[in-house]
Amino acid sequence: MEIPENVKKRLSLPFEEHFYAGHTACQGCGAALGLRYVLKAYGKKAIFAIPACCSTIIAGPWPYSAFGAPLFHTAFETTGAVISGIEAALKAKGYKVKGKDGIMVVGWAGDGGTADIGLQALSGFLERGHDALYIMYDNEAYMNTGIQRSSSTPYGAWTTNTPGGKKHFLERRHKKKVIDIVIAHKIPYAATASIAFPEDFMRKLRKAQEIPGPSFIQLFAPCPTGWRAPTDKTIELARLAVQTAYFPLFEYENGKYKINMPSPKKEPKPIEEFLKLQGRFKYMTKEDIEILQEWVLREWKELKKKAEVFG
Amino acid sequence: MPMKRVMKGNEAAAWAAKLAKPKVIAAFPITPSTLVPEKISEFVANGELDAEFIKVESEHSAISACVGASAAGVRAFTATASQGLALMHEILFIAAGMRLPIVMAIGNRALSAPINIWNDWQDMISERDTGWIQFYAENNQEALDLILIAFKVAEDERVLLPAMTGFDAFILTHTVEPVEIPDQELVDEFLGEYKPKHAYLDPKRPITQGTLGFPAHYMEARYKVWEAMENAREVIKEAFEEFEKKFGRKYQMVEEYKTDDAEIIMITMGSLAGTLKEFIDKKREEGVKVGAAKITVYRPFPIEEIRALAKKAKVLAILEKDVSFGLGGAVFADVSRSLINEKEKPIVLDFIIGLGGRDVTFEQLEEALSISEKAMKEGVEEDVYWIGLRKEIL
Repeated sequence: MEIPENVKKRLSLPFEEHFYAGHTACQGCGAALGLRYVLKAYGKKAIFAIPACCSTIIAGPWPYSAFGAPLFHTAFETTGAVISGIEAALKAKGYKVKGKDGIMVVGWAGDGGTADIGLQALSGFLERGHDALYIMYDNEAYMNTGIQRSSSTPYGAWTTNTPGGKKHFLERRHKKKVIDIVIAHKIPYAATASIAFPEDFMRKLRKAQEIPGPSFIQLFAPCPTGWRAPTDKTIELARLAVQTAYFPLFEYENGKYKINMPSPKKEPKPIEEFLKLQGRFKYMTKEDIEILQEWVLREWKELKKKAEVFG
Repeated sequence: MPMKRVMKGNEAAAWAAKLAKPKVIAAFPITPSTLVPEKISEFVANGELDAEFIKVESEHSAISACVGASAAGVRAFTATASQGLALMHEILFIAAGMRLPIVMAIGNRALSAPINIWNDWQDMISERDTGWIQFYAENNQEALDLILIAFKVAEDERVLLPAMTGFDAFILTHTVEPVEIPDQELVDEFLGEYKPKHAYLDPKRPITQGTLGFPAHYMEARYKVWEAMENAREVIKEAFEEFEKKFGRKYQMVEEYKTDDAEIIMITMGSLAGTLKEFIDKKREEGVKVGAAKITVYRPFPIEEIRALAKKAKVLAILEKDVSFGLGGAVFADVSRSLINEKEKPIVLDFIIGLGGRDVTFEQLEEALSISEKAMKEGVEEDVYWIGLRKEIL
């Protein structure tokens, strides 16, 4: 269908697609949506590095590629280092990196590849101040290897290595706050985003481009396969994660916190609304839900306080 | 005019890097190689080398950053040793498989445990199957030259594989020797600018590199690496010839020393070749028919050169600073593999020597030689000989 130019102009997201049909993501994949938005934001003026993760498969096996931009597949723990090298090479060649017309070097890694095995390389990348963007697409477990817990897996979740049983419970640790570790590097720009709020995500991608230095976005990307959820609930789940304040949207820009909740005045919905749509939480007891609820509200309070004090 | 200076092996490596003008250097400190990136960072700081220097947080990230830089189409360089090289192991395969001509200087050092910062070749030997070209330098001049040659070979379109040049920890890395620094102009002519045509990351030409290779394609990609390494034999010889014409120093895959009428040829690599040549001189004066050979290029392994060498002698005695537990020396295995289908072949003896920086003395070489002489007359007694082992503390 041909869309008239005047209509295109009124769209809240760029019309052009650079993440093509024929990719091999599962039905309802949040990460695939995320990639679509990132490629919409940066178009062909970006270079991607992707470690071993779902997106290795999603991008397509040789000789196919769903990417309209250059893409480099790398080892699991190396995203931060590889984007550092690419950025340095582009600068050495005299290319403009970041900024309005600059090339965006984008690392796109999952929660395991970021919060666990890739944490060291991420820290190095952030600390050295490279002009590049690191996006952690957070589906809260090692999905590509078959749903094993990562440090980003939440309390009470079933995964294949937190299966529950007579002696052992489900995941017993709360979700690691990777974004706080990132902010501890005092980089110019860090943000959380969600595939349920593409305009907010797009705005953050633009900011990440404009602000010099390293940027980091933690993108909440539901995985119906691993979360044992219906494939048509991806967006709803991502939205509920925000509305319950389980995954609040906020930005950290040059030392200042800003919360970007869609309905700032509303109190968070009960966490149960987010949990009940997912099979991975079905073994949680009432007490477990209370523990998780308490954690969510405590973290939410802490974030609000930060925004209040350092807003 | 080329300039001669007295310098450590590490400085010679840094000078080689400076002359090769890499655009990106990513390195992490490790004894005994630390001085290489240290010196390069001085060159960069003084404006003598126009490059991006990434001070990474590990060797794993050093090689990963080099992979990223090389994939973006620039000449990339790093230096490490021992544990650092072992930490890079995973990414070495990727660099070769992605056909990225990164060059790396290695101060050959033993591996833990026990922790040991001194020389042997276990670090590079353990990376022999990664698809990297490997050179071993006898002295500081060779360290400089073989790094320049490494760039030349690695970037050749018939090869496009990464390369590492090793020089022995402390014996070379920290020892000063006179080194001739070639003219920049001649090095520029020799190396040219690195302009990849095959594949590099550029938004003007979007391509995907390193995609998943299914069983239907993987083996062919690996075969291409095999083929490139085979091509490297000829390309290395051409580079040696061109280097000799331009700079006047001769290099060979295997350098022979007094082998013509030798009954026993002692084969080694790296700085031990220097000691060995002196030992051969001494034995020749005593009338012993013994010669030496130095393997300069370990990967691709000089199979034909070893076959030619084997025709000259009754015994090949391999002296090596590495061990493959449960088998023996790696070089021994490679030499034996080269000769396995030859109709007539000499006795090949396996000597493990000088591990973890133990000095290799004339006494030890005498021991290896007398075992070789005995084997020539009475046959081989042991599969592997550990030379200079302090049995009293075992």
